[in-house]
Amino acid sequence: MTHVLDPNALADTSGGAGTPPDPFADVTRSNDAFRAFLHGLPGVDQVGAEARAKVLGTRSIKTTAKAWAIDTAISMVDLTTLEGADTPGKVRSLAAKARRPDPTDPTCPAVAAVCVYGDLAGVAKEALAGTGINVAAVATAFPSGRASREVKLADVRDAVANGADEIDMVIDRGAFLTGRYLDVFEEIVAVKEACGPAHLKVILETGELVTLDAVRRASWLAMLAGGDFIKTSTGKVSPAATLPVCLVMLEAVRDFRAATGRQIGVKPAGGIRTTKDAVKHLVLINETVGADWLSPDWFRFGASSLLNDLLLQRQKLRTGHYSGPDHVSVD
Amino acid sequence: MSDRLTVRKTYKLYLGGAFPRSESGRTYEVHDTKGHFLANAAWASRKDGRDAVVAARGAFGTWSGATAYNRGQVLYRVAEVMEGRAAQFTEEVAAGEGLSPAKARAAVDAAIDRWVWYAGWTDKLAAVLGSTNPVAGPYFGFSVPEPTGVVAVLAPQRSSLLGLVSVLAPVLAAGNTAVVVSSKERPLPAITLGEVLATSDVPGGVVNLLTGDAAEIGPWLAEHADVDAIDLAGAPAPLAMELERSAAGTIKRVLRAPAEEPDWSADPGLSRLRPFLETKSVWHPIGV
Repeated sequence: MTHVLDPNALADTSGGAGTPPDPFADVTRSNDAFRAFLHGLPGVDQVGAEARAKVLGTRSIKTTAKAWAIDTAISMVDLTTLEGADTPGKVRSLAAKARRPDPTDPTCPAVAAVCVYGDLAGVAKEALAGTGINVAAVATAFPSGRASREVKLADVRDAVANGADEIDMVIDRGAFLTGRYLDVFEEIVAVKEACGPAHLKVILETGELVTLDAVRRASWLAMLAGGDFIKTSTGKVSPAATLPVCLVMLEAVRDFRAATGRQIGVKPAGGIRTTKDAVKHLVLINETVGADWLSPDWFRFGASSLLNDLLLQRQKLRTGHYSGPDHVSVD
Repeated sequence: MSDRLTVRKTYKLYLGGAFPRSESGRTYEVHDTKGHFLANAAWASRKDGRDAVVAARGAFGTWSGATAYNRGQVLYRVAEVMEGRAAQFTEEVAAGEGLSPAKARAAVDAAIDRWVWYAGWTDKLAAVLGSTNPVAGPYFGFSVPEPTGVVAVLAPQRSSLLGLVSVLAPVLAAGNTAVVVSSKERPLPAITLGEVLATSDVPGGVVNLLTGDAAEIGPWLAEHADVDAIDLAGAPAPLAMELERSAAGTIKRVLRAPAEEPDWSADPGLSRLRPFLETKSVWHPIGV
């Protein structure tokens, strides 16, 4: 385990790992060039994005389609606990819930991953051994990201050493908003390298980016730097995941795949609490990027209370009558 | 200016402390006993019932956790506000039930008195229905009544205010929260009672008033896993039997409907308080 700060932790960003895929290899040659590229991305029509997200939210998904949507959404959940009061016991009980979300119904799918702080990743890993459920750990001075790069990289290595399969990093929003795009880029590259085999999810914290234009730029920045997923929020800032933000990010991953051939996943997190919200996101995926993304490999929900609502709706479909919070576990 | 246009009212539901339209968007016309138009009422659907249960469950902690004295004060305040709107109630009861103004006023007075009477019961229930139990061992054993939880109330179809108050007030006095389906043909006093509740000190969600058809919403409430008890006062005989059967699936407390709608002016005693209380018994060690 890497608990000691490594003075050589700064990743070497020349060539190889730090180079964006073609045809964007040269956009990061300088901060000015990168800034010109990001600001040259087409602007987002905010009113249009909101209207589009709203109209897609009115789709009526019922009966068998609803049952499919609920099971798909359950399998996409990153069951999350990110509290200062987290304990190994709480992580174990969350892991038990992740394996069998509805103990009364063996046909209920397991969730995609359990998301915890890095120091508890080992506990989660042990509790989930052999289940195929991933352990995601937040790192890089989550949720603010305010620490030196050495500390952030040590945080990542520690989480990976503890057994995390996926790392959720936060970008330096201060640097991003002041236009130091290359700093943010290099940091993501360095974190990606520190991740080793672990997947990297890059949290943009869209609630602090203010505009949808900035969301599009941050999405491209994260994808060019080698992130495997782009994630909306930490869940600690409001507003968190909203449909228009998710729409813009989905458009970004769609355009990025068209240009480079690399597929990037999307993870909205925070504020998605009801089955209805989850189904709206599934509709949004299908209508924006297509069915290729309708899988836990490419789309995740970062949530805790969402799972219980999905289970209640699932029970309603199965039994024909409304269920209640006494019939799902409290977490 | 006698040719002033009448203001035709379209009422909404009282749900979670707010006045939303029915999720279904439906309304229906309410007529007096002679067939004259009175107002439009919201026609609640099963999904309004579902939302009402969520609101009632959310409010249960606050309401059941309040001290009995405080609940009594809040309920008494409701009676005060009802008294202030007695004229409106009288008009609605007279039109809806076809009573003379004097008889309608008597029914309204009886309803307000009934509410005051139940408000007085809140802090006496534990003394009357609780007990200290003689136990054969070094223990202090005692029993206290506690509220059952979320109670679905199908309000009487004929007595639109006195009947409604007679079934709703005991549910609240015992510390439960309520989802009420009003009389279908005579919903106006229930709607006004919703306005009274919203402007008194009752926390939002403690009472949720749905206007509409008990035969439509009742089955969903009877089967609902998060409803703890159901009062079938306003369910017609064949429906009541069916609801009682489906309520058994989730082991609800069921207060059966009488064969005929009773005379609500009779003294109810504890008959409507006791069914919505659970007895908790505690054994406490005594001695050294």
